[in-house]
Amino acid sequence: MSIAITTQIICFTILSLVILIGALGVVLLESIVYSAFLLGGVFMSVAGLYLLLNASFVAAAQVLVYVGAVNVLIIFAIMLVNKKEDLKPINDIKSRRIISTSICLTLLSLLIRVDLTNVWSLSSPQNSIGEESTIRIGEHLFSDYLLPFEVASVLLLMAMIGAIVLARRDVMSKDISTGLPVDQELIEKSSEPMLTNKN
Amino acid sequence: MEYGLDLEYSFNEFLKGFGLSSEIAHIIWIPLPMLLVLVAAVVGVLVTVWLERKISAAAQQRIGPEYAGALGVLQPIADGLKLLVKEDIIPAKADGILFTAGPILVLVPVILSWLIVPFGQNLLISNVGIGIFLWIALSSIQPIGLLMSGYASNNKYSLLGGLRAAAQSISYEIPLALSVLAIVLMTNSLSTIDIVNQQSGAGILSWNIWRQPVGFIVFWICALAECERLPFDLPEAEEELVAGYQTEYAGMKFALFYLGSYINLILSALLVSILYLGGWGFPIPVELIAKFLNLPINAPFIQVFTASIGIVMTVLKAYLLVFIAILLRWTTPRVRIDQLLDLGWKFLLPISLANLLITAGLKLAFPQFFGG
Repeated sequence: MSIAITTQIICFTILSLVILIGALGVVLLESIVYSAFLLGGVFMSVAGLYLLLNASFVAAAQVLVYVGAVNVLIIFAIMLVNKKEDLKPINDIKSRRIISTSICLTLLSLLIRVDLTNVWSLSSPQNSIGEESTIRIGEHLFSDYLLPFEVASVLLLMAMIGAIVLARRDVMSKDISTGLPVDQELIEKSSEPMLTNKN
Repeated sequence: MEYGLDLEYSFNEFLKGFGLSSEIAHIIWIPLPMLLVLVAAVVGVLVTVWLERKISAAAQQRIGPEYAGALGVLQPIADGLKLLVKEDIIPAKADGILFTAGPILVLVPVILSWLIVPFGQNLLISNVGIGIFLWIALSSIQPIGLLMSGYASNNKYSLLGGLRAAAQSISYEIPLALSVLAIVLMTNSLSTIDIVNQQSGAGILSWNIWRQPVGFIVFWICALAECERLPFDLPEAEEELVAGYQTEYAGMKFALFYLGSYINLILSALLVSILYLGGWGFPIPVELIAKFLNLPINAPFIQVFTASIGIVMTVLKAYLLVFIAILLRWTTPRVRIDQLLDLGWKFLLPISLANLLITAGLKLAFPQFFGG
């Protein structure tokens, strides 16, 4: 076995262990902050897997989008809204647990069945594109995947405008949830700087 | 354009002379450039810290460090040693694991980004195809470390500082990436080597700064904001937040933040010089000098000369920018948080978008000047 392959196997083992343990930690840990940070670790390890597959552009994009944007936003939101909430006890917890366990086990058995029946080994491409993949991705995005690309951008624009509307209540005359006219004075008061209120 | 010293090849051949297989030779080679660049980065930090002390002293009409070595050159080493032997304190109510992981997460991406900094045709750790994109992706990890240390300190100033730092670096990342994109558009490649080679045609005249003046200014402002240098050092604004996310840190963990911010400053300066100031290129093309001296470009003397000139030019340009950054720090007031966000979102973002659009148009209209 050559050194390159050994290194690859070692990296793959470490990365998959980190992904599995990290993902379990995201679900099972009590502290939501720890879950959010672990999620970042999982995203990073997935980027590592892409690197092992010679897809460096996808790996970098994964880091930029999932770690740099999505995960940072999740952590940001958690830290800004740090509300301690007492969860209500659920009455029929036992039966719920049994039902969810059985559903999960069924899904797991289905996945195992898929794993065993499907033939996973693809014929490896004759010439690996490697560093050229950036160009290939660009070509595909602007030819056969143009429509999904544009639709995704429209979707993002809609989400952005929605966020702005939700954040800036003062641009609307009616409250969104109740339909009552908004008390503009109240908004003015709440947005006033604290120092002027004191005098 | 395959010229220049190939140290890796000669080193491997040298080891093969001792009867080692090429794989073993490669493994012995791999850590060498990494170590070299790491040492270069740390020495660069020491020099920058000394420069900062001296220039700030000059700006305030003081003398600055004087007794540690000639002109106080040993002062940064003394600083480092002091931080090294200081007690490592974790506050009682802090979150130990996150408190320790925070500074590491801030420092590691910055050091990893040195992977793509070229000091010459073959003088870089790895000419990865995604080049400059790697740096953009890695620098987006940093806010997580800042948020982590801000949260783990269990201190309101730290948390506020961490949140501010993350908000700042998210908002300045976008114009930064857009101005890099304009350069990439002109180069047709993400690789830093290609970006420098594209500027090497006519010496100083072909540098990107003449073709991308707006991009250059936007990039420089954003790089300063990403480094949290003074016009934009809100996350650690002393008067409001004590020291921001660093408030509870002491000893080596504080030193990691300190090191991280200075390595980041040097890295940003290096990247500005690579993207806009011709990288390792001499203001007069080396080919012209070789022709003038009647020497073939492949002569060993010219090769060594080119390589050393390359390193000197890269470092010189970077330190010129570091000098400007230090001068800015000691002569400008800090902006307010609303001014900071206004500048980022309402000024730099539209201007860099327009810059990208105009670059694309110019590239199509004048392919010989703006990369075909």
